[in-house]
Amino acid sequence: MNLLQYSPRTHTPIAIPQTTWRIGNLATFIRKHLLQSPGMRFGDKFFLFLARLAGFSVILLLALILVYLVYASLPAIQKFGVSFLYTSTWDPVREVFGALPVIYGTLVTSFLALFIAGPIGVGIALFLNELAPKRVAIVAGFLIEMLAAIPSVVFGLWGIFVLAPFLRESFQPWMIDTLGFIPLFEGPAYGVGKFASGLILALMIIPTISSITKEIFKTIPAHQREAAIALGGTRWEVMKISVLKASRSGIFGALFLGLGRALGETMAVTMVIGNRAQIMPSLFSPAQTMASVIANEYAEATSDIHMAALAEVGLVLFGVTFLINFAARILIHRMGRSQNA
Amino acid sequence: MVDHNSELVLETKGLKAYFGDNLAVRGVDFKVHSNSVTAIIGPSGCGKSTFIRCLNRLHEEVPGARAEGSVRLKDQDIYAKDMDPVMVRRQIGMVFQKANPFPGMTIFENVVAGLKLAGIRKKSFLEETAERSLTHAALWDEVKNKLHQPATSLSGGQQQRLCIARTLAIDPPVLLMDEPTSALDPISTSKIEELILQIKKHVTIVIVTHNMQQAARVSDYTAFFLLGELVEFDETSKMFTVPKDKRTEQYVTGKFG
Repeated sequence: MNLLQYSPRTHTPIAIPQTTWRIGNLATFIRKHLLQSPGMRFGDKFFLFLARLAGFSVILLLALILVYLVYASLPAIQKFGVSFLYTSTWDPVREVFGALPVIYGTLVTSFLALFIAGPIGVGIALFLNELAPKRVAIVAGFLIEMLAAIPSVVFGLWGIFVLAPFLRESFQPWMIDTLGFIPLFEGPAYGVGKFASGLILALMIIPTISSITKEIFKTIPAHQREAAIALGGTRWEVMKISVLKASRSGIFGALFLGLGRALGETMAVTMVIGNRAQIMPSLFSPAQTMASVIANEYAEATSDIHMAALAEVGLVLFGVTFLINFAARILIHRMGRSQNA
Repeated sequence: MVDHNSELVLETKGLKAYFGDNLAVRGVDFKVHSNSVTAIIGPSGCGKSTFIRCLNRLHEEVPGARAEGSVRLKDQDIYAKDMDPVMVRRQIGMVFQKANPFPGMTIFENVVAGLKLAGIRKKSFLEETAERSLTHAALWDEVKNKLHQPATSLSGGQQQRLCIARTLAIDPPVLLMDEPTSALDPISTSKIEELILQIKKHVTIVIVTHNMQQAARVSDYTAFFLLGELVEFDETSKMFTVPKDKRTEQYVTGKFG
């Protein structure tokens, strides 16, 4: 490796030949950020090296996961090409794989969860930060964060034994009777399915959304609230114009982080989704998500192409969650900046 | 020029303000005459800001804070049991030390924010009032061509005048100003002092200031606060030339503070 021939003691930059710019850039980069630390004692240098190593290992790990996922899914990528993303037959027996049903299932359940958890999460944050007496806020805030500590398999069990029977016997028949003419609420009532998954996911992402939103509300300076109070705003109006309006992008960021969590959530969803890789309009119908199809079929996948297809589903999921989280971070970052300005 | 026949607009009797168990304002009797500028001066921590924040019932919004005593706005007791603090604040406007326009709103939206809170939606009325308030706040000429740009694009001094315009838009009989120029440069400060002298035709002003020259320049009456008590209250010209209290004299001549 040509990067090892540069000594860490060499403080002067070394010109890299233009022809080897890829490796050359990487080498300069590593030398500059990992190895070079002019004018420091050995102990500091060594510690700095360890700290940087730890920092860079995260990036390396991410890159390795990505590389492995691409490698593992190569057979599927070669066989199905782009059509993997938009065909809707998922048939392990005939070895035909199209990921659209599981992508659809993931998006529907996640956005349903976001739709339910968003208003509730933001409402909780408003209550805790703006309305509740301090002691109530501390206790309630703690309890809500506890919700995030419940293992997802426990949510799944609750979903199977409590939520799904309730939906099957009470809620869904009633909805089908009253709103069944809308395709979204068509029968039959299975109990398990997209709706149950969306509800469970909503429960799981409420703590994420409410705790991040609460932190954002906390960054709003007191003089912003006083501006609205002094103009004769009621409590609700103060919240609306000084708190909600000022933290719009931060709230979006929190919602996106919640969405990111919902997209990747596996165990609880696998237990209540119904496991059928099919696109059906009704929210009450069983489906399959990207995460649940991997969890369900990985152990039983016998053919190479089946394994590769599952790996490619993993790759797509990785890509989607990465993008969502990235967008969320940008929004939250922007929010922080506009507050400091 | 002091008009001795002008009526009383605001009057406090035995006003006390607490932060928890800590008594910050220790029973103040205070009078404000209509269409005058009353300055409140005193060293840091003397309770002058706390006092002024009791006048529009903003003090009680701080967790653990409360006020006792009476404050009368003309013929109503603003601390009466059945008085809605929201209605008090619509009659007694306030401008703060740090300019605090609403960051997500345009200049125009900021000026009419208080009117919208009061339930006024009529567009022509909002536009007229915005122009009039911005003119009174000596800002109209600078912003008339960019009313729909974000308020945060203005300079600090412009933002402070925008906040004054926003408060004037709801047409309060009384305007409280809590060190409105302490974060501003001298030019912005002098603009705001000029506009104070202009708007006192329409509104009665109580201004807290750190700056004794400012008090001398803009006010008709001055109150000197020390350790939560009102030490002396008189016409500004007398306060700065023949103060009755020894402590006032020491403060206005710069012996402490």
